Amino acid sequence: VTLNRDFIGRTLPPGEIYEVSREKIREYALALDDTNPVYLDREAAGAVGHSDVIAPPTFAHVVLFRLGGWPLYDPDFGKQTQPVCVHRLARVVHHRPIQAGDRLVLTTTVDDIHDIGPHEQFVLTSEIAAADGEPVCTVVSHIVSRGTAAPKGVAR
Amino acid sequence: MTIKLDRAIAVGTPLPAREFNVDRKMLVMYCGACGDFAPTHWNERIARSVGLPDVIAHGGVIMAKTLQAVTDWVGDPGAVVDCRAQFSRPLVVPDDDVGAMLRVTGVVEEKLDHQRVVIRLNAESGGQPVLSAALAVVRLS
Repeated sequence: VTLNRDFIGRTLPPGEIYEVSREKIREYALALDDTNPVYLDREAAGAVGHSDVIAPPTFAHVVLFRLGGWPLYDPDFGKQTQPVCVHRLARVVHHRPIQAGDRLVLTTTVDDIHDIGPHEQFVLTSEIAAADGEPVCTVVSHIVSRGTAAPKGVAR
Repeated sequence: MTIKLDRAIAVGTPLPAREFNVDRKMLVMYCGACGDFAPTHWNERIARSVGLPDVIAHGGVIMAKTLQAVTDWVGDPGAVVDCRAQFSRPLVVPDDDVGAMLRVTGVVEEKLDHQRVVIRLNAESGGQPVLSAALAVVRLS
């Protein structure tokens, strides 16, 4: 089943708020075996100018997995249930670091869906902002849906 | 620990090369911490059923460990203002005591305005690159 290209250009506006806790930042950093004190200790974070511990530069993915079910789990999008989707490219632009105490919202836009040989790729832009509207980071994800492109040409 | 002055950092300056172990325990912890429970990251049977040799690391794990070479170098991870990577090859993580070894190198490729520098990053395992077009933009204090 091919992905539904009517989704190109659609945007899902903010819904739930993600509350960033010191403990979640700690859990995420320690999962990665990264003990940078700026993630773990308020004093160390304060020594380099942050008002609380900050999150690793890839922490936005936690917010995406918590809030970013759309469009993957929209039944009209056409994503298959078996593990056919593979992350191909990620970019995170930080307007400022994510830090403990942040209340974040997510806006997701489907920028494009196109074929790559037998596969399809979809491109999502995820804007993470504070609940008061302050931009925090922008995540661009290229995700390959393996083997779902419509057949082309004549089979030999 | 934080690098204080960008003027001392010339284009071509290498970052200290790093080696990181990525093992099954890390993948399981990352599943929980990130909320990404895609079975190819923890279930050998399903990984093999989709043509992989074994379970593979999350893209986020590869990116995060690669960026650690930058954040350890610069001291303040908040200095990373932009980071990107293409996942060009799966990082296969065997079920043993070592897991996969990720070797990360980087070099200052360009100086930008506002005391920012572009760092070109390479991440490889077993002599094969696992990322392409990987870079970080860091604002030096």
